[in-house]
Amino acid sequence: MSDTRREFIAAIDQGTTSSRCIVFDRDGRIVSVGQKEHEQIFPEPGRVEHDANEIWANVQEVIAEALDRAGITREDVQALGITNQRETTLLWDRATGEPVHNAIVWQDTRTDALCRELGRNVGQDRFRRETGLPLASYFAGPKIRWLLDNVEGLRERAEAGEILFGTMDSWVIWNLTGGTEGGVHVTDVTNASRTLLMNLRTLDWDPRICESMGVPMAVLPEIRSSAEVYGEARGALEGVPVASALGDQQAALFGQTCFSPGEAKSTYGTGTFLLLNTGSEAVNSYNGLLTTVGYRIGDQDPVYALEGSIAVTGSLVQWMRDQMGLINSAAEIETLASSVEDNGGAYFVPAFSGLFAPYWRSDARGVIAGLTRYVTKAHIARAVLEATAWQTREIVDAMEKDSRVELTALRVDGGMTSNNLLMQCISDVLDAPVVRPMVAETTCLGAAYAAGLAVGFWPDTDALRANWRRAAEWTPRMEADVREREYKNWLKAVERTMGWLEEEN
Amino acid sequence: MARTIQSLERAAAVLRLLAGGERRLGLSDIASTLGLAKGTAHGLLRTLQQEGFVEQDPASGRYQLGAELLRLGNSYLDVHELRARALVWTDDLARSSGESVYLGVLHQRGVLIVHHVFRPDDSRQVLEVGAMQPLHSTALGKVLAAYDPVARSEAMDSGREALTAHTITDPESFEEVLELTRSRGWAADVEETWEGVASIAAPVHDRRRMPVGAVAVTGAVERVCADGEIQPRLVAAVRDCARAVSRDLGAGRF
Repeated sequence: MSDTRREFIAAIDQGTTSSRCIVFDRDGRIVSVGQKEHEQIFPEPGRVEHDANEIWANVQEVIAEALDRAGITREDVQALGITNQRETTLLWDRATGEPVHNAIVWQDTRTDALCRELGRNVGQDRFRRETGLPLASYFAGPKIRWLLDNVEGLRERAEAGEILFGTMDSWVIWNLTGGTEGGVHVTDVTNASRTLLMNLRTLDWDPRICESMGVPMAVLPEIRSSAEVYGEARGALEGVPVASALGDQQAALFGQTCFSPGEAKSTYGTGTFLLLNTGSEAVNSYNGLLTTVGYRIGDQDPVYALEGSIAVTGSLVQWMRDQMGLINSAAEIETLASSVEDNGGAYFVPAFSGLFAPYWRSDARGVIAGLTRYVTKAHIARAVLEATAWQTREIVDAMEKDSRVELTALRVDGGMTSNNLLMQCISDVLDAPVVRPMVAETTCLGAAYAAGLAVGFWPDTDALRANWRRAAEWTPRMEADVREREYKNWLKAVERTMGWLEEEN
Repeated sequence: MARTIQSLERAAAVLRLLAGGERRLGLSDIASTLGLAKGTAHGLLRTLQQEGFVEQDPASGRYQLGAELLRLGNSYLDVHELRARALVWTDDLARSSGESVYLGVLHQRGVLIVHHVFRPDDSRQVLEVGAMQPLHSTALGKVLAAYDPVARSEAMDSGREALTAHTITDPESFEEVLELTRSRGWAADVEETWEGVASIAAPVHDRRRMPVGAVAVTGAVERVCADGEIQPRLVAAVRDCARAVSRDLGAGRF
């Protein structure tokens, strides 16, 4: 018994703004956290970069910090898992380990024109059947192409096999396992499914797409499952198995133990990401969602997911605070919204940069509809929260249409889950229970779970499910006729956002 | 010019005097600075104290500004901010204690539940956010009354209805409970509100060391107590959680 108390799993979350390391115990409880932010580099409007050397230095630092705070050594760490900001793209020199350029971050839009060009006469769905994704600037493939086109002499070196590509999982794993001294060059299926280069059915790089995209296959890492031992760490964690990699949203799905088809999680942060487990079937979306790999454990069958994202959720609350000055802190939105019974007839559609899933209208811009003399700032605050709820409903409706699976309950995480009124509102408009788990750090937990499964620290997914604890549950209280009326009003408001821009660009 | 009320002007002068920096003043300092008879000053201070605008340090007998005054301003702590800060810590408390966790604040004449974490078993539970609990019998209420003079006077003025055979109703015993709570830093409720239910609570302070709320674990009396005693393990867990939330709100070590 004394041994089991000193057995832990460490997970690294290499995120957009910071890198973190969290140490978990066998019950999935947090033992310690290390965290460090890194610089956001904005070379020009629309461009966002990270210094990959800074990120690797920070990752090493946060590991040391987390172990130190837990009062444990590398011998106590049974495995190390990795989760990461998705799609952020790096190319580095195989021989020196030096990045050839800053990493291009997922938000960076420099490949907009390139993506339109790649769509040619077919449009942005040119590779959707194979990859599940539209041609959009988020994804890694076009970013690789941009680097090869724009860094002097890089294409020749890449074709000669001197250059390695990786998303942040690959970069961290390569360095952890020795870097230039035998580091393994791998990625997992979830990260690979965000490159626009992987075929969703074969789970391998698609040579035809790589060719069309102008990406030499020599730069690409080997695609492995999300939970297996990729190699042993060197240096400070000498000998610890590096045993999982998952993109951050997929890691949250895993951490929420959404292991059965029809189970879904929604992470409410600045934006919101909703993923629905569709089991062994990669469901094509006809309603503007993405098809992606949810996870793959070892040599088991892959589990697919539908993904819908909402661009503006928490950031709308920040906008109310910073641009409008109607509240002093994000939490106060609930106080203000709770001071009235309803929205007073006002609806807020925050299409700040167009409408995303399921509409995809870039000519749309935000509106507040239904204004009368009666409406106060409190009604607007309520409309702000309802906007997040209705947008969730629209994504869920699209998912149900695509997958023909009815959502039984929505598992939520992220900062906005502390907003009680919002959670109730989401339950009301979905007409389904909304459930918050006890461990808020579902992203890191997912990476830890996958790593623990790979080394046998946990026997199977059932054992992980047994760790899952309900911290709160909101059940629908809204009358059906009110829900229908409000939804109709919301859809009317959405309609009014469209066509605001006369022409694109 | 309209007639003004002299005692209100004087009360305002007392408050301004006490607001001048972080200090406590004795009765004679206040009286002489404002040119008032001691008896008059004492009457003003006692009234202000009753309203929670002034507090008296029990050891030195000196006066300082009270919690209610800070609540009046815009700078009061938003309960939703409190919940957001407490989320991680209260989850952890529920997990480590195996019991449900509540965060409560003073509201009108009772305890308003602003956050509730389910007991970590698979049983069906209902979210109790927004519910009210009695001030005089619950562990949350006793902590609030022990640390917040406004809560204390609400509890003292209320009827302190006997909810079970164990409810403490007479004022002297209730004062003793508050005194005990202050001296040991936590309060308990063993079947004083609901038969078969016990709870333990500790105070949450903000950066001004104002009592802004209380955190509690609540569960079956058989689990919360062992051999008729409150389990020290649970007391330690509740106090750790309350301290962690206070630290997150900017309160220093204490």
